[in-house]
Amino acid sequence: MPNSTSPAHTPSRSRPNAVKETLRADSASDPTNHATNQAKTGRATKPGAKRDSKKGSNQATDEAPDHKADGAASQATTQTAKQATGRTTTRAGATDAVSADVLARAQAGDHQAFALVYSLHKRRIYSLCLRMVGNVAEAEDLTQEAFLQLHRKIATFRGDSAFSTWLHRLAINVVLMQLRKKGLSLISLDEAMEPTPDEGPSRSFGAPDLTLTGAIDRLALERAVADLPTGYRLIFILHDVEGFEHNEIAAMLDCSIGNSKSQLHKARLKLRDALRIQKRQEEQP
Amino acid sequence: MTGDPSNMSCEEFQAQMPELIGSGEDASAHPHLQTCDRCRALLAELQVIADAARQLFPSVEPPDEVWTNIESALNKKKK
Repeated sequence: MPNSTSPAHTPSRSRPNAVKETLRADSASDPTNHATNQAKTGRATKPGAKRDSKKGSNQATDEAPDHKADGAASQATTQTAKQATGRTTTRAGATDAVSADVLARAQAGDHQAFALVYSLHKRRIYSLCLRMVGNVAEAEDLTQEAFLQLHRKIATFRGDSAFSTWLHRLAINVVLMQLRKKGLSLISLDEAMEPTPDEGPSRSFGAPDLTLTGAIDRLALERAVADLPTGYRLIFILHDVEGFEHNEIAAMLDCSIGNSKSQLHKARLKLRDALRIQKRQEEQP
Repeated sequence: MTGDPSNMSCEEFQAQMPELIGSGEDASAHPHLQTCDRCRALLAELQVIADAARQLFPSVEPPDEVWTNIESALNKKKK
């Protein structure tokens, strides 16, 4: 029997509260087809680097697309819990009880429960794969492989970390394996976390000759993210795009919190370098 | 390294930036930034990038075929 876990773990800065989750549970949801329900979910605080500077002018008020999936996940899970237990639990305890129940059933080989686990996490895992490889077909294959691996390994989950963290770690390893197969200069998580010195950002002690202010061109930034060394890209996506906390990333990547902070900082510096180069090129006659 | 944060060099300040930013404190209030335009600009630029990240790579659902393929693979395994 696994320990109690969060069903669709939301990054802690934006985890919806129990009340919202319970209210959402009133809507029925097909576990493998709940796009409509996702559209109904409430808004959640979008995490991001703004939270690194809490007194800054921009407080996070937006919504992370991923968290919509988590809201739908809550719906599906809670609905299943009602079906499974035949009762409606108290708000505060509902989600945890449900997740443990669904997870335990999935671990015991219940196909329907596994389908629910899939529907709870598919959006986040697929989006992570897509963000890492930038190719739809490849991301679909990786998602499929990640969940097949999950099916093989789910019985080994013991609740030492949040289930979502554990699943993300599994998916990240699937992605890194794929990148290795493609012959990219990456072998393991350890190597992903230690880019070579020439992959690192330039030092920033010189006078700023131009500045990045106002709105950054989204496509330019996406291109720059795609060109980051894998380890930087992974950290940047997990923290700044997906909204995970450093302690969560450290658990996923088996690194220290300090290392996560340091790698994220270098990733942002590297993006700054890339954007400045682009801007300089654009400004040349 | 200097003991007084307001007297630290840019290199010293930038070495502390990952922890300073990652701690969730208001990095812009650091004494070094009150006198250093360069590091203040650097912090602002990193903030712009981090803010812009929220708009990147919209989260999407995988197509239904992914689950169909998973089920198919699991059924094959059963047989």
